Amino acid sequence: MDQPVWWSSGPFWRKTAVWVTGASLVALVFLSIDSLRQISVGSPRVPAYTVINQRIDYVFDEVRRVQQPRIGAQQPLFGQILNAQQAEALVRHGKLTVQAKNCMDCHTLLGNGAYFAPDLTKAWLDPYWETAAVREQQMVEFLLDPTDKLHNALGRRMPNLHLTQDEAKAVTGFLKWMSSIDTNGFPYNFTSIKQES
Amino acid sequence: MAALGAISLANLNGGQKLAIKYFTLAGALFAAQLLFGLLAGLQYLMPEFLFGVLDFSINRMVHINALVVWMLCGFLGSIYWLLEEEAQHPVVGLKLGHLVFWAFASAVALVVVVYLFVQTGPGETATIWLITEGREYIEAPRWADIAIVGSVLAFFYNVAGTFTKGRFTGIGGVLVIDLIALFGLYLAGMFYTTNISLDQFWWWWVIHLWVEATWEVLVGAILAYALIKTLGVRRQIVETWLYIEVALMFGSGILGLGHHYFWIGTPDYWLSIGGFFSALEPIPLVAMIVHAVYDSGTHKMKNSNHPAFAWMIAGAFGNFLGAGVWGFMHTLPQINLFTHGTQWTASHGHLAFFGAFATVIIAFFYLAVQKLRGDVWMSAELPDGGLKWKWSFALLNFGMLGMTVALLISGYVQSQLERAIGGSSWSAYFEAQAHPWFQQGIWWRQIFGVLMLIGFVFLVWDLLTAGKRETRAIQSLELA
Repeated sequence: MDQPVWWSSGPFWRKTAVWVTGASLVALVFLSIDSLRQISVGSPRVPAYTVINQRIDYVFDEVRRVQQPRIGAQQPLFGQILNAQQAEALVRHGKLTVQAKNCMDCHTLLGNGAYFAPDLTKAWLDPYWETAAVREQQMVEFLLDPTDKLHNALGRRMPNLHLTQDEAKAVTGFLKWMSSIDTNGFPYNFTSIKQES
Repeated sequence: MAALGAISLANLNGGQKLAIKYFTLAGALFAAQLLFGLLAGLQYLMPEFLFGVLDFSINRMVHINALVVWMLCGFLGSIYWLLEEEAQHPVVGLKLGHLVFWAFASAVALVVVVYLFVQTGPGETATIWLITEGREYIEAPRWADIAIVGSVLAFFYNVAGTFTKGRFTGIGGVLVIDLIALFGLYLAGMFYTTNISLDQFWWWWVIHLWVEATWEVLVGAILAYALIKTLGVRRQIVETWLYIEVALMFGSGILGLGHHYFWIGTPDYWLSIGGFFSALEPIPLVAMIVHAVYDSGTHKMKNSNHPAFAWMIAGAFGNFLGAGVWGFMHTLPQINLFTHGTQWTASHGHLAFFGAFATVIIAFFYLAVQKLRGDVWMSAELPDGGLKWKWSFALLNFGMLGMTVALLISGYVQSQLERAIGGSSWSAYFEAQAHPWFQQGIWWRQIFGVLMLIGFVFLVWDLLTAGKRETRAIQSLELA
């Protein structure tokens, strides 16, 4: 039987597969090293946990042509300024609670998860909480027992996941911190809660 | 020696006997996936259904976890199926393999029981270790992760050891290297971090580099074996095609990971890199179609197992449509900004998982059934005209295609009304969800889901009975 020409031979494509895979992996490693640096907590894209002591807005940027978070003046969560350690502990507890209650199998976070309930990326800024003045309390009360709160005309409700007061506050802290992450304009065209200017 | 047509494990080699166990577990989990998918789908239509008892989050978790584990079982089974024939050597640690299977199956059962009866826990590390990690697709608690890693190491030892002691074919080489990557990647999902951007960064290493890279290469490799078995394609041809597919798959899929890094906090250079490479991802899937169609044509469709062959062809087209076309439709960042996290993703996910992976595993089920009955005839002129496999094939594929299109319609409504017009607020989300066009899609999804369930019943019935009264031996093939 005739030997295939070099470009259709097995050995040629085996070598090509090895080189292409290797080159792609090297590129991925370099890009990952840079990305991990840029998404470390305390970086411009992913602010420090103490950002929960400050006001957070989501505003249109004329240069990038998308919305991006803007960190403003002091606006303590639950009326208390937290130091770095306390802030990290609160957000950590909140994230653990989000995982322990399996929030991601109804909601999306940063757009990932299930699609049965709204995205939580900018939940802290959602107009559902009426005004910035009552927002924190509203969020905690909602999380403690959402079953009898106003949801939608569909009858779709969030179940009572039996959060403790501390867990509800921690989840609120986590959601506030998450809203400060620069997500390249996702979600697009977001309407924020009214906050006094 | 058992009579032709009678089920007998004596017809199988050691690895294949173990494969049957994995295939059985895979089938049971496939059933669970369908059942819990239907329950979750019903909760879209009747929100009070099982509310507070078995909430959507639990049904959905079981639905997608059953999916992942049945596919893994299908892959493990398929590799054990071909291992001894490919390596021409008995599995090096067969007893260990059987032991690990039972440990694995027990761990899966325990995880499911905890999912269903404990469901959630307090916001503590103990919950992550014992109940659920609460991270989509890899919700299994940490103890189960460790058990999975242990099982997988034993599996890897068996595969690599058997090929090493026997012979390393091209298929064997690709499989071993791919398995290192596949299992190594799982480790990237086994840690807790408060930083959600970092969490999602590594989470996608597991999810994307599994389904859009290592799983794709794995099905390419096992399909290569199946083409040799059912069509009689020469090894040199399938292995060359396999290398081409590996080059294209990894060349596009590894950096295609970037399309998941658009919106999670990662730098904006991923918009270009992810967009570019993921746009290339359909190319290897086109190559798979060309390969499958070309080989089928060369052999004038003469094959030794019609149902398996039909599922392989369905796999080539399903992979291209579900992963390729449906993925490409919303992979560019300018579109993905509006479709990310909507029913578009669900539509793509359904057809991609089914088209790319479920089809090939079902093909292996049929290869197994054929040999289990002593290499019976499963080509043309089957008794009753092959009615059962044809119905199951039609219902499963038609049901999945229907679900996909229905979800896509809902996804269009959601991305338009909630995202583009409504400004992505919670009220905009619910306005879109309540829209009659969205609801229509969700209803159709449920109807097509039921069709799939019926197709599954036909599939099980056929797998249990195909070749039962057959007196003819397997169609002989000429290598070409």
